Amino acid sequence: MTDKDYDDIPGTYVFDADRSREGYWLNQFCISLRLADNRAAMREDPEAYIARFDMSEAQKQAIRDRAWNQLLELGGNIYYTSKLAAFDGIAFQDLAAKMSHMSRDDYRQMMVDGGRKIDGNRSKSEWEGK
Amino acid sequence: MARITAGIASSHVPAIGVAMDTGLTDQPYWKPVFDGYEYSRKWTAENKPDVVFLVYNDHCTAFDASVIPTFALGAAAEFKPADEGWGPRPVPVVKNHQKLASHIAQTVILDEFDLTIMNEMEVDHGLTVPLSLMFGDRSPDDDWGVQVVPLAVNVVQYPAPTANRCYMLGQAIRRAIDSYPEDLNVHIYGTGGMSHQLQAERAGLINADWDLAFMDKLVNDPEAARRISHLEFLRETGSEGIEMVMWLVMRGALDHNVTEVHRHYHVPASNTAVGHLILENHT
Repeated sequence: MTDKDYDDIPGTYVFDADRSREGYWLNQFCISLRLADNRAAMREDPEAYIARFDMSEAQKQAIRDRAWNQLLELGGNIYYTSKLAAFDGIAFQDLAAKMSHMSRDDYRQMMVDGGRKIDGNRSKSEWEGK
Repeated sequence: MARITAGIASSHVPAIGVAMDTGLTDQPYWKPVFDGYEYSRKWTAENKPDVVFLVYNDHCTAFDASVIPTFALGAAAEFKPADEGWGPRPVPVVKNHQKLASHIAQTVILDEFDLTIMNEMEVDHGLTVPLSLMFGDRSPDDDWGVQVVPLAVNVVQYPAPTANRCYMLGQAIRRAIDSYPEDLNVHIYGTGGMSHQLQAERAGLINADWDLAFMDKLVNDPEAARRISHLEFLRETGSEGIEMVMWLVMRGALDHNVTEVHRHYHVPASNTAVGHLILENHT
């Protein structure tokens, strides 16, 4: 694969064709939780439900661990993984707080104060040593 | 003849729909968001369109990962509000102007834009939230009071179509609408944005300076706006800020010179910067 200019953006997993290919069944698993019957099956027996989808062991483990950023790294897309969070009863903004390692209140306050600043957050080089 | 008399840009944050549907619009958190649309509802009533051509993106609702069309035109008679996991929004079914949609499909494809045609489709908050903002509260038994031709653009899987390609598609849609014989007042909406990142450690990114400069550029220097690269959108406005390519479809369908009659910008609505423009087209 050629170099990707956007890989220099820190704290970001661009959902490109490579991630889409790798994450296909992971994303289909997540979106299946949009339907009540599937949510019931997932609650009843998570392992059996997860086994219905042709995912890698790493992806399955990231689901068990609710490792939200790792799910993105392994090909998950946020619009899909947020359905797993919703299954857990996690509001979208609280998921955003978890992914950026902030408390719920600190994240909410950051947004009310104008959001995460762009300065210092453009390039991976700016995050080195953080 | 059909004519495009205005272009509207607006964010389509799902929480805005939730706030309207649950009566939170007067709360201090939400009031500034909705105050900026008061003018827009009056303006819509005074400049009532027959048809809205609405450019939006689907959020894994009509299209899951199994099919990802870059540009999908709604050709069905109607589009039901989808259940996005918490029940469908309590808003009216969206009615198409089917003959105009068929004319646009035929004209634009012969103009070398290879659209996907949707003869069955449900629509999510990406489409219904901008309608609610511009037309106000409507219950499921009401009518939106306007016909809607939807165009869904892929901005979920990278790469979205480029800003330039979106602008050129807007120009083709303009040619198609201009050549439709029925006398129709058409507004075109470009929705989504503005700066926001919903994922990973950089979640919550907002870049107000960039957003405001983008609005200026879109209005007064569209030739510069259409050249914005994907890397710039991703880096400067967050991974989901790339939705703003859809504003370029709207801009491409307008004259070079337009009149900005309304602008609204507010941070935040949930995780997103809300941006809104009304541009009048004079031909």
